[in-house]
Amino acid sequence: MIYFFQQALNAVQLGSVYALIALGYTMVYGVLSMINFAHGDFFMVGAFLCFIGAALWHLAFVPVLLLSMGGVTLLGVATERIAYRPLRNAPKVSAIITSLGVGIFLENFTLGLNPYPKYVPPLLPSLGFNAWGVSVSIFQLSTIGISFGLMFALHLIVNKTKAGLAMRAISADRLIVPLMGVPVDKIIALTFALGSGLGGAAGVMYAMAYPVIDPYIGIIVGWKAFISAVIGGIGNIRGAVLGAYILATVEIMTAAFLPSTYRDLITFSLLLTLLIFRPRGLFGKAEIQKV
Amino acid sequence: MKPLLEVRDMTVSYGMIAAVRSVSFEVYSGETVVLLGANGAGKSSILRAVSGLIPGGGTVRFEGEDLAAIPAHERVARGIAHVPEGRHIFGNLSVKENLLLGAWVRRSSLAGDLDRVLALFPRLKERYSQSGGTLSGGEQQMLAVGRALMSRPRLLLLDEPSMGLSPKLVESIFSMLADFHESGMTLLVVEQNAAMALTLASRAYVLEAGEMKLSGTAAELQDNPLVRSAYLGE
Repeated sequence: MIYFFQQALNAVQLGSVYALIALGYTMVYGVLSMINFAHGDFFMVGAFLCFIGAALWHLAFVPVLLLSMGGVTLLGVATERIAYRPLRNAPKVSAIITSLGVGIFLENFTLGLNPYPKYVPPLLPSLGFNAWGVSVSIFQLSTIGISFGLMFALHLIVNKTKAGLAMRAISADRLIVPLMGVPVDKIIALTFALGSGLGGAAGVMYAMAYPVIDPYIGIIVGWKAFISAVIGGIGNIRGAVLGAYILATVEIMTAAFLPSTYRDLITFSLLLTLLIFRPRGLFGKAEIQKV
Repeated sequence: MKPLLEVRDMTVSYGMIAAVRSVSFEVYSGETVVLLGANGAGKSSILRAVSGLIPGGGTVRFEGEDLAAIPAHERVARGIAHVPEGRHIFGNLSVKENLLLGAWVRRSSLAGDLDRVLALFPRLKERYSQSGGTLSGGEQQMLAVGRALMSRPRLLLLDEPSMGLSPKLVESIFSMLADFHESGMTLLVVEQNAAMALTLASRAYVLEAGEMKLSGTAAELQDNPLVRSAYLGE
């Protein structure tokens, strides 16, 4: 039983990382109905900036976190401005292919900088305590706490601010929003900034948990976060968070109680089953396509 | 007197198809101007080009300022509000949020404006925290108009305000527009219901296949045999 609770804690920790990334996918989809396949690579850049901050510049945890979040925020905003905005009114598939291209660019750009893999030194003291037999580390607590904090901040921005109101309006009817006086380009840039910043934070959490990084870590983690967003109903913020914790729980529990080599097989089979019964995800609404 | 809105040689094209060809007209402060015409005559395209939703050739001047380089969202700040065809209520936002969004360009306190719009549309008050998607067609039209009023426009563009509404509701919408006119607001209305629209209008223009065919005061057009046969069903 203690083993189960230990694994549950691990699931919440991994789920928090997935959730932070999944939010980036779902927010961009919300405002642009576009899947930013480069987002997993944004996350990778966040992990890489964590390496630069921690190993090369010897920064402490908080400055490293701010460096990664800030750096990836800029990357997201620049990518939207340079690569996606010119394609805003082009067929959806053009933007999707472009995002795949941006992802390959980021992987190879990072690959070209240095030999890999890199080792990220520990940023937090390896302290912890024992709660009813479950060992809890400072690192796990900060991952979970910071993720919850960031998600709560996002919730406030989306639901309580003027900019958040505009984001929600854009997700419903983007073409008409300019008639409200809303500068749509700015709001879309802000959406990319928020989503990318969360991805950068996830990169730090991930690099601290799995300190051996290479330029391809964004691919599988990005896919899993994307799938989390799909499970929750892409475009839906609460759904993305819930989907991330579901996916992480299934993954961790499969590895803990079943042959761990089957982890991804079982996880993805469950996903496929869910999508058969709920093709739009848990929170997704049936969309009426107007002809 | 200088017109509030002046449109010269406007053209609007969708790909190879020209929907509006060299149309010129003006709206003076305090007037209610109606654009009449059949489906596809280009009326909506004109409104969309005036508010900046779609690009148009020619010049559009608002209070003498050329709007060519002004994007749609900044035209709202200048005082142009557009109630689009089909209402386009944000179904995922509450009635209150829809109204607040309409006031995006405003910086001063909004409480007074919210009260004013809710007094105008008591139904919206009852539905205040309901999501826009749950409203009936008539309520949505009220919300669309109320939302546009929240920006305190000096020119209100209305695209088919009567579309899809029951005759009773059409009447109440038009009597509301008449009140707006009385209070000195400037309206540019696109309408297929020509009989109703002409009772409201100071002046009207008749469009056919993207070109301006006729213009005159409402009384003149009401007596025009062509208008009578084509648009008033006589």
